[in-house]
Amino acid sequence: MRRSVFLASLLVMAVMVLGGMVAEHGSFVASAQEKAASTAEVKIDNFAFGPTVITVPVGSTVTWINRDDIPHTVASTEKVFKSKVLDTDEKFSYTFTKAGEYPYFCSIHPKMTGKVVVQ
Amino acid sequence: MAGNTKDEILYDHHHDGIDRRGFLKCMAWAGTGALCVMQGGVLKSYSMSRPSEMNPADMKGELSFVQISDSHMGFNKPANPDVAATLQAAVDKINALSHPPEFLLHTGDISHLSKPEEFDTVEQILKSASAKDVFYVPGEHDVLNDDGKQYHARFAKEAQEGGWYSFEKKGVHFVGLVNVMNLKAGGLGTLGHEQLEWLEKDVKHLKSSTPIVVFAHIPLWTVYPEWGWGTEDSAQALAYLKKFGSVTVLNGHIHQIMQKVEGNVTFHTACSTAFPQPKPGEAPSPGPMKVPAEQLRSVLGITDVNYLSGQHALAVVDSALA
Repeated sequence: MRRSVFLASLLVMAVMVLGGMVAEHGSFVASAQEKAASTAEVKIDNFAFGPTVITVPVGSTVTWINRDDIPHTVASTEKVFKSKVLDTDEKFSYTFTKAGEYPYFCSIHPKMTGKVVVQ
Repeated sequence: MAGNTKDEILYDHHHDGIDRRGFLKCMAWAGTGALCVMQGGVLKSYSMSRPSEMNPADMKGELSFVQISDSHMGFNKPANPDVAATLQAAVDKINALSHPPEFLLHTGDISHLSKPEEFDTVEQILKSASAKDVFYVPGEHDVLNDDGKQYHARFAKEAQEGGWYSFEKKGVHFVGLVNVMNLKAGGLGTLGHEQLEWLEKDVKHLKSSTPIVVFAHIPLWTVYPEWGWGTEDSAQALAYLKKFGSVTVLNGHIHQIMQKVEGNVTFHTACSTAFPQPKPGEAPSPGPMKVPAEQLRSVLGITDVNYLSGQHALAVVDSALA
């Protein structure tokens, strides 16, 4: 009797520990997702956006930073967002609240193009 | 270096008085500071760094003007930490010409960031030039943030709403075009339907013997599309100018001298007074090119243009600042 009670309590403890682990794991996954949804960076240099295509979760904020020695802008082709002129080391951020594809370009040097994919 | 040799027409296969082979030889020297003067098809070349060897008579005409470009006032990175000084040096060079030009043409990127103080500084420096009239067209750096409102108020008060305009000087018809507005993703420079319609009307009733000078910021021929060095709809503009015996197109934007002759049209791009840019494809991007400080002034320059009445072509001379 005591043995089965002992085994049962071991089992309950195991379940509790496992459950706790799952719960912790669950919250670990959730916080990792929250971290990923926060920020992403695109560097502007040598007349190019790097990376050219960036994929981020819904709710993310993308920050463009100009490392070139020439000013650039970040302008959505669908007019969803447009930065002011960014001189060297200046930044522009935009938070993507809706899923979709957001092609953009530099309105001063239109051959420079990029895309944000929001999933 | 060019020295002071004169070239005669040796090859005239097209029977148009233009010695293309000699002209190409001259083009190779232009980047190193030699002058090429094309007058009625005869090429003369000599170095601007030895002004005592220049014959003032060669530089005379019934109309002369100077093209400057890409002053980028406000730029202060290593490629040139003092663009005001190099613009002033260009003005000093203009003032040292053996005959004062009648006016200046600025083919755009007057400012670097469209800031009021940048425009102010350029206007101030140009006030000290021997030529008091300056005609401008905007570069993409002049129409940032405000759709060109500031540029328009300062430099295009009497122009059409889009900033384009024309004027006459001693029988030569000048047309200032704007190809830096409403640029589309992945695209080149653009003139737009409205401006093209205006251009057609503007030149329609001119006699075909009228010499035409068109000036615009981005090149009106395709120099290097990968870097955006061209204008999408310039072919239409050139079609309206087909009837004229002499058309000279003056552009900026690429910060180096390039020339092309196509039938009756001579295309010519000017150096920047601020900083040079690499030749097409010779660098990963068309950004400011750093050269050793002592060489900087030899890759910046001004263009002197002479019109000799009765001749077909305008004589275009580029001189380096050094």
